[in-house]
Amino acid sequence: MSQEKPVVEIDHVDFAYDGSLALEDINLTIREGDFLGVIGPNGSGKTTLLRLILGLFHPLRGGVRVFGQPPGHARDLIGYVPQHAHMDEAFPISVMDVVLIGRLGKAPMLGRYRKSDRQAAEEAMQEAQVFDLRNRRFGALSGGQKQRVLMARALVGKPKLLLLDEPTASIDGRVEQDIYELLKTLNQEATIVLVSHDLGFISTYVNRVACVNRRLVCNPTDHITGDVIEACYSGPVHMIKHKCEL
Amino acid sequence: MIEFFDVLKNQAFMQNAVIIGLLASVACGVMGTYVVVRRLVFISGGISHTVLGGMGIAYYYGGNPIHGAVVTALVAAIVIGFVSLRYHEYEDTIIGALWAVGMAVGILFIYKTPGYNVDLMSYLFGNILMVERQNVYLLIYLDALIILLVVLFYKRFLAVCFDEEYTELQGIGVVSTYLLLLCLIALTVVILIQVVGIILVIALLTLPAATARYYTHTLGQMMILASILGALFTTSGLVVSYEPNLPAGATIIVIAGLAYLLTTILKGLAMRFSGRRH
Repeated sequence: MSQEKPVVEIDHVDFAYDGSLALEDINLTIREGDFLGVIGPNGSGKTTLLRLILGLFHPLRGGVRVFGQPPGHARDLIGYVPQHAHMDEAFPISVMDVVLIGRLGKAPMLGRYRKSDRQAAEEAMQEAQVFDLRNRRFGALSGGQKQRVLMARALVGKPKLLLLDEPTASIDGRVEQDIYELLKTLNQEATIVLVSHDLGFISTYVNRVACVNRRLVCNPTDHITGDVIEACYSGPVHMIKHKCEL
Repeated sequence: MIEFFDVLKNQAFMQNAVIIGLLASVACGVMGTYVVVRRLVFISGGISHTVLGGMGIAYYYGGNPIHGAVVTALVAAIVIGFVSLRYHEYEDTIIGALWAVGMAVGILFIYKTPGYNVDLMSYLFGNILMVERQNVYLLIYLDALIILLVVLFYKRFLAVCFDEEYTELQGIGVVSTYLLLLCLIALTVVILIQVVGIILVIALLTLPAATARYYTHTLGQMMILASILGALFTTSGLVVSYEPNLPAGATIIVIAGLAYLLTTILKGLAMRFSGRRH
């Protein structure tokens, strides 16, 4: 596995919000074909880590390289699935138009989308199994459907690296499993980084787990032990016990 | 009612008024939709009140107050837009300051203008029956410019309003797109001021779009329906206000407000009876 090309290299990175350190001395190499789960308690810096990879945030210290380039230069190769809970439910926009936003960078600056843009959007919707919903209003969909639509939007650009932020938050177990199955298929083509606030199903799908709580500890899935998680959460004991049972 | 149509047939001022009402309806339907879905009501209120400063200065120096309004509205839009994107925590403070200072400057200049100060009330509450023909042409150009730019930038505006972060990830200039959107809202404000005046602009910018939202699922549909509703409100406002000699601007707003209230109540009842959320 370690012979594969590095996709993301994070080297001694510190990041601070308004002077307080959110991430400290992060070292992480994500390789081609990885399915990395990033776990950690709320507010531990998981989303910040994704934003550093996307180049939306810049490290205070240290370096981030994505496909060997500075982050932000490789956005064409990255698909990003943000948390849908932050989106405006009442916004009048169709599923098709949400997915087309994923082609905005490639579409002509003025006027309508090209036919090729629409075709790419339709293919991505078929891949994420939301093609039948294309004329529905995005805000009226269920949580699981919204998640798939946002995945379709990320897939439109045919990404080599897929970043997902809490894709299964507020989704029931069966739908959650469906989404992981879809990700497993996508993993054949793309490297995947998935952020989650708890282990849940994730341990059966990912091949590595990174525990973030300001600092980062990374392990292959089968090496996850109570001690590793305890070190990560450094939190209440009942939480750790619960994790160990999984 | 018959008297109104008699006047409409024979008098240029009433023909101007109806034309301006229709021009304003298109602008308020299209841009009001963005104001409602992106929640830019307070920003739009800030722009419209700041405009009095520019109108007052133009009036004092003997210029056309609409020209002063266009310049001030654009400057206010860029300042407020920049602050709201870069220093979000100061957004309401800056809007509040511009809002009040703009009005104060306007009142000072109008007060100091020699002669009979009849225009202040028509700036504040509009006087659609007194708009001159040359200004009608100016409003036609502004309307055409707004529609042209919305057609050209439709997909970018939609993306920026719905998901700013993802739009930025697509390599699109979010700041410039957002500022352009606010400038078009500023031009719309200038058009609407001719109809209902500075203080009532915000109602015409939001009520038709907010009513249209109940019946539409996409931005484009919402714009079309809001424009049609705007045309109904302004025209019926003119008809209703003419015979009893009521102020047209205020009548238009009351009609728009009643329509919104009624729609909201009907929608609420419909939801209760169908027993589920749509």
